[in-house]
Amino acid sequence: MTATATTPGSSRHGDEPLLSVRDLRVTFTRQGEDPFTAVDGVSFDVRPGQTVGLVGESGCGKSVTSLAIMGLLPARGNRVEGTATFEGTDLLTLAKDKMRDRRGRDIAMIFQDPLSSLNPVVPIGRQVTEVLERHKSMSRKAATPVARELLDRVGIPDPDRRLTDYPHQLSGGMRQRALIAMALACEPRLLIADEPTTALDVTIQAQILGLLKELVTESGTALVMITHDLGVVAGLCDEVNVLYGGRIVERGRRHELFASPRHPYTTGLLASIPRLDGARGAPLTPIPGSVADNLPWEHACAFAPRCSQPVDRCTEQSPELEHDDGGRALRCFNPVEATS
Amino acid sequence: MTTTAEPTDAAATDGPADDARAHDDGDLLVDARGVKVHFPIKRGVVFDKVVGHVYAVDGVDLRIRKGETYGLVGESGCGKSTLGKAILGLEPPTDGSVVIDGTDVASLKGEELRKRRKDFQMVFQDPMSSLDPRQSVESLLVEGMKAHGLASDDKATASRLRELLKAVGLPAAALKKYPHEFSGGQRQRIGIARALAVEPKLIVADEPVSALDVSVQAQVINLLEDLQDEFELTYLVVAHDLAVVRHISDRIGVMYLGGLVEEAGADDLYAQPLHPYTRALLSAVPVPDPTREDEREQILLVGDLPSPSKPPPGCRFHTRCPWRQETRCDDERPQLRVLEIDGVPSSHRVACHWAEDIESGKIQPHHVDPTATEQDLREEQDAPHAVGDVEEAVQYQHGGHGAGS
Ligand SMILES: Nc1ncnc2c1ncn2[C@@H]1O[C@H](COP(=O)(O)OP(=O)(O)O)[C@@H](O)[C@H]1O
Ligand SMILES: Nc1ncnc2c1ncn2[C@@H]1O[C@H](COP(=O)(O)OP(=O)(O)O)[C@@H](O)[C@H]1O
Ligand code: SF4
Ligand SMILES: [Mg+2]
Ligand SMILES: [Mg+2]
Repeated sequence: MTATATTPGSSRHGDEPLLSVRDLRVTFTRQGEDPFTAVDGVSFDVRPGQTVGLVGESGCGKSVTSLAIMGLLPARGNRVEGTATFEGTDLLTLAKDKMRDRRGRDIAMIFQDPLSSLNPVVPIGRQVTEVLERHKSMSRKAATPVARELLDRVGIPDPDRRLTDYPHQLSGGMRQRALIAMALACEPRLLIADEPTTALDVTIQAQILGLLKELVTESGTALVMITHDLGVVAGLCDEVNVLYGGRIVERGRRHELFASPRHPYTTGLLASIPRLDGARGAPLTPIPGSVADNLPWEHACAFAPRCSQPVDRCTEQSPELEHDDGGRALRCFNPVEATS
Repeated sequence: MTTTAEPTDAAATDGPADDARAHDDGDLLVDARGVKVHFPIKRGVVFDKVVGHVYAVDGVDLRIRKGETYGLVGESGCGKSTLGKAILGLEPPTDGSVVIDGTDVASLKGEELRKRRKDFQMVFQDPMSSLDPRQSVESLLVEGMKAHGLASDDKATASRLRELLKAVGLPAAALKKYPHEFSGGQRQRIGIARALAVEPKLIVADEPVSALDVSVQAQVINLLEDLQDEFELTYLVVAHDLAVVRHISDRIGVMYLGGLVEEAGADDLYAQPLHPYTRALLSAVPVPDPTREDEREQILLVGDLPSPSKPPPGCRFHTRCPWRQETRCDDERPQLRVLEIDGVPSSHRVACHWAEDIESGKIQPHHVDPTATEQDLREEQDAPHAVGDVEEAVQYQHGGHGAGS
């Protein structure tokens, strides 16, 4: 397949991170309002061929993290600190035009709502060829068959006909596919997917997740997967970061994390979702309260008011993210006993 | 029952299944038969010309027993909400009948209808859009009670309000507040309190937890379960989340394009899904367990749900079905029926011609051509006239975003 010419396996699971985010902090500074830190010292690495998940409930800072890395936050009213190093270049301090070039060529992003990312008055095929013309310096004539192939690859039936369709003529699932085709057109080495299947039905979600998996294993693309769905994380992500109130509270490789979750927030999430596997009728154990109850991280654990097992320190001191040698990290004064 | 290709003629309003269930008619709260809701598609500037119909609900029989929770699942657009509304008389059925507690809903008029309304309440997905933002919680709750003559005595009303808030787990101080002052989960509690205020028998809950974060979802699910025990409520829960539906339902109906394709007790359905669509649906749900995820065998469906304005003839699932056969599937609409499979109870009914042979393995799944399943929206919407500039397309792709959630 020409459009994703990276030799399969060439750079998969390399040891060097492709993207390295360090102490990312995003503070919204609106006039007349107190500054609000939405992302608070987030660090993680993504390697080629690896899928890293950011999971947590709404408002925990997942989208702001990805938009900050992509340079897509609103121009005013926020302060971004830290670094996001992509092959030696800090994306956070890159000039606007250079960043725009990067976004087309090396890094792509797909969103929950594909309609907002597609131009409503330009046919789908044209939107894909445009990416190819711009970033691969192809002529329109040369780009058209490649665009057709891309649409075919993402599972859009009858791609010849679909090339001339406008976004509103496609269903939600087909639009998300078209957007993925556009993202693939530039053979990105890093793909950030922000809730790409949240608006889709479960059978369509299965198709899209299959597509993303294929992309990672066959082309060695690095994937940052943002979702609130622990099931999606369990099936897709090599490494999982659980966010709460703008900070990473727990990190682990997926098998280890799910086998032995240690942060009370992680265990709380797992205990509160009904599951299709296992026996029916086991009562759910909700996490009490809501994020409105959070304490400020500066001198407490933000989760303490909702925690099932807080100790005195939790409301007096701010817990640090402690790393072990095995890629596990935990921000908690009184973690749940390890089970393995 | 023989069927035709014409959507509106294709559904049975009676059949052998009725006999199988006749014995438990005594404790039925809802008895809906042959319910159809067809929305006209209109075109034209001066005269509204009807150019077609959306066959949102197209021949559904549904019975709900007193005190049970009936769950309705299926992908968006399959007609779940419309069926829920039709049962409550909020969407008049094009055809068929709905009898609730012995009364034909369609026969109720004026004052009588208003009185009976209190027996059936609805809880919506987005509590914010169903709660008037200018009304305090107290006035929201009292409104319904007054309308049904349940708030004549001030003292009794005050104590009833306290009871209600306690039942849904809100502090008494909530009465003086307005909807925007609450979190999503709390607003859903207000929506539930408002439904409860008039002492209903049946609550139709349409996606009651879909808008909530998982940690809060469980609070509302547990609340609904507690209230059911306390107030002897009957629920019809409409949701697209299969794990949620399985958790709270006693019986489940699976909908596809306006019709029920399978109905069974919650445990039976998940232990042994027998309709090809149900099999695919259940196999597509990711579970939060990496070991199971690595092993999960998926039946990947190709393509999209066909448009409900042009449902395929025969079995509505035939365009996407991996088990579709040369005969019957394309031209004969299967009805819900009891299967001849050992160990499958008569309460487990399936609308597939080949369910027995599929279960025994005699019929194996095959490749499905995706082109046949394509959802073509072209004829339904006109293309925009302006053709934008290329630069704009790039902006849309890379820059057209605020920090959405
Ligand atoms: N442009 C903005 N201005 C002010 N606050 C914002 C903006 N974008 C996001 N936020 C806030 O930042 C927090 C994190 O948001 P977000 O990253 O979108 O959460 P999610 O994890 O649901 O994607 C939320 O409290 C949100 O309200
Ligand atoms: N008032 C209406 N007018 C026209 N079409 C409608 C109306 N309400 C729903 N529909 C259509 O009927 C079909 C079923 O919708 P709905 O019952 O909301 O499905 P679900 O709740 O399963 O997602 C959809 O195609 C929808 O667009
Ligand atoms: S009747 Fe035919 S097309 Fe329909 S579900 Fe059964 S096998 Fe598939
Ligand atoms: Mg609905
Ligand atoms: Mg988000």
